[in-house]
Amino acid sequence: MTAPVAKYADAFAALDTTGAPGWLADLRSAALAEFNAVGFPTTRNEDWHFTSVTPIAERSFRSAKPSAAPTLADVLAATVGDPSWPRAVFVNGRFEASLSSLKTLGAGVRVGTLADTLKDSPDFVAAHLGKLATFDKQAFTAFNTAFAQDGLVVRIAHGVKADAPLHVIHIADARAAGCMLHPRLLVMAEPLSEFGIVESFVSLKASEYFTNAVAEITIGNGARVHHYKVQRESEQAFHVGTVQVAQGRDSAFHSFSYAAGAALSRTNIYSRLGGEAAEVRLNGLYMVDGSQHADHQTFVEHIAPHCASRELYKGILDGHAHGVFNGKVYVDPEAQKTDGKQSNHALLLSGTARVDSKPQLEIFADDVKCTHGSTVGRLDDIALFYMKSRGIGAESARALLTYAFAAEVLETVELDALREGLEKIAFERFTQTEQ
Amino acid sequence: MLKIDNIHAKAGEKEILKGISLTVNAGEVHAIMGPNGSGKSTLAQVIAGHPGFEVTSGSITYGGDDLLDMDPEVRAQKGVFLAFQYPVEIPGVTNAYFLRSAYNEIRKANGQEDVDPMDFLDLMEKKIKLVDMDPAMLHRSVNAGFSGGEKKRNEILQMAVLEPKLAILDETDSGLDIDALRVVSSGVNALKRADNATIVVTHYQRLLNYIVPDFVHVLAGGKIVKSGGKELALELEAKGYDWLVDAA
Repeated sequence: MTAPVAKYADAFAALDTTGAPGWLADLRSAALAEFNAVGFPTTRNEDWHFTSVTPIAERSFRSAKPSAAPTLADVLAATVGDPSWPRAVFVNGRFEASLSSLKTLGAGVRVGTLADTLKDSPDFVAAHLGKLATFDKQAFTAFNTAFAQDGLVVRIAHGVKADAPLHVIHIADARAAGCMLHPRLLVMAEPLSEFGIVESFVSLKASEYFTNAVAEITIGNGARVHHYKVQRESEQAFHVGTVQVAQGRDSAFHSFSYAAGAALSRTNIYSRLGGEAAEVRLNGLYMVDGSQHADHQTFVEHIAPHCASRELYKGILDGHAHGVFNGKVYVDPEAQKTDGKQSNHALLLSGTARVDSKPQLEIFADDVKCTHGSTVGRLDDIALFYMKSRGIGAESARALLTYAFAAEVLETVELDALREGLEKIAFERFTQTEQ
Repeated sequence: MLKIDNIHAKAGEKEILKGISLTVNAGEVHAIMGPNGSGKSTLAQVIAGHPGFEVTSGSITYGGDDLLDMDPEVRAQKGVFLAFQYPVEIPGVTNAYFLRSAYNEIRKANGQEDVDPMDFLDLMEKKIKLVDMDPAMLHRSVNAGFSGGEKKRNEILQMAVLEPKLAILDETDSGLDIDALRVVSSGVNALKRADNATIVVTHYQRLLNYIVPDFVHVLAGGKIVKSGGKELALELEAKGYDWLVDAA
């Protein structure tokens, strides 16, 4: 079934596009046309085989209206990280200057809203917006491109190494109910720069809304970008997010995707290794319960030779939750000496939780090393016995081992404040559930 | 302290222990020796409550109570400790946290308050000297990436911290070089008191040069085929197991 998408025509017509250059109006119109043409994906689409977006397709979301900002204390209490990090806060999809703090960004890091950057650097935006995250046959990217009103543009100058990461906080409050939010992020890391960015998606109140985020990250030669996505949306919300990366020679992209919120979430992390000796690391943790559904799709395109990719995803599923991991790796005929490794491990805490894991390797070069491994299981009886044999009770042993399963991948989060915050959430989640 | 009476146990459909009786009193060191597959590790694991074995008949009492009726954690809380032949790796949980959890659960079961974390750190740092381990290993994940020798030292560190009444060492000597063997043995000996007991399970006599047993029992085919004093171990070293196994 291709769900009707024409219902969004009025919302599109009502968008405030004052001041938008002609090329952007054209891009949005083309995106809307593509969205109308392809419609929402169905489970017949191989990329969406295990994830039905019917709950999103059958609803009609409104554009969010500007609303009064929550307090900074509420925003910070809802997020994980160091409050001293420079931050850009979006409330119900709109940039909120009064909650943002960009003064502490070091020299050489320019951060501006999409609207402001369109004014002061229109050529830059024209050259990069929609260039990595193309919307051909991609309904959600097309949807975002047509409707993205507000967004953030981050530029890191040549050779600049930023001390603190930028925290981009997307916060939904009670007024987000029934709304669609289409945040857009554009990052340009110039050669030899190094930058960290944390994207948090959180809610202040349980409500049903739809976040459809798109990020485009260009990493120049020898540059390093650390991207952390923390998806803790309302458990009634829907979340689709795509991170599309292009990497130059000798560059590094380290991604960590944490997904614990939303009724239905889909995260796409795609990186194209276009320059020699580039390195990509895609790690993630999903923890879902009840009837939650969390889907990750990764895609590493090895285009240039001598590149390395590493992936470690872990999932902890309870209740009737459903997890999906689809790890795609493409190795071009030119990409000799590719070194790729992918693992996905899921832990089922109930008999009714389910996970579908699908590694997909397409290798067209002959001198490569690519491995993948996938396990789905329960807690190890011998490890449980080991803990019990030290006096630790059965419930505590189970809780500690479940936490340990999560902690093993959380250890790879390099930002201390973020890692410690997520470890605390995981620890409390499992130790409190068990007691 | 421990009274094993005609115990039979199986793993799946396979009967491994075929009627073992053994009494261990406070202050004693017992060595259980025997060829591979004789059931000596199974005996150690049955005492600790390993879920992979089913006791089909016989009884084990510990301090007068029915040991087989207790969950593994209750046995540990009452002072039973098994040093594993193959210690389990637990990535994500630090040694320090693991030990403190165990220590506090044992205290709680015995009606005592949780230990102050700083006091516990002091205790661990004192105990770690017994096994000559780098204190930095307290803050690494339990056994994760440890060498074979480090894992065995870590078992003895746990034993040193938890101070069991009945310690069972399951092939603690396997995979240890002579220096590590000496360190581990002196750690075990330092923990020896008049009110605790040790069961040493080993294939080789070598370990018994360092941890000197009061009694030596030879297991073959799931039964004790011979018991004696420490000189029995030397005899086994000289003559091997065959003469006993054949006689059984």
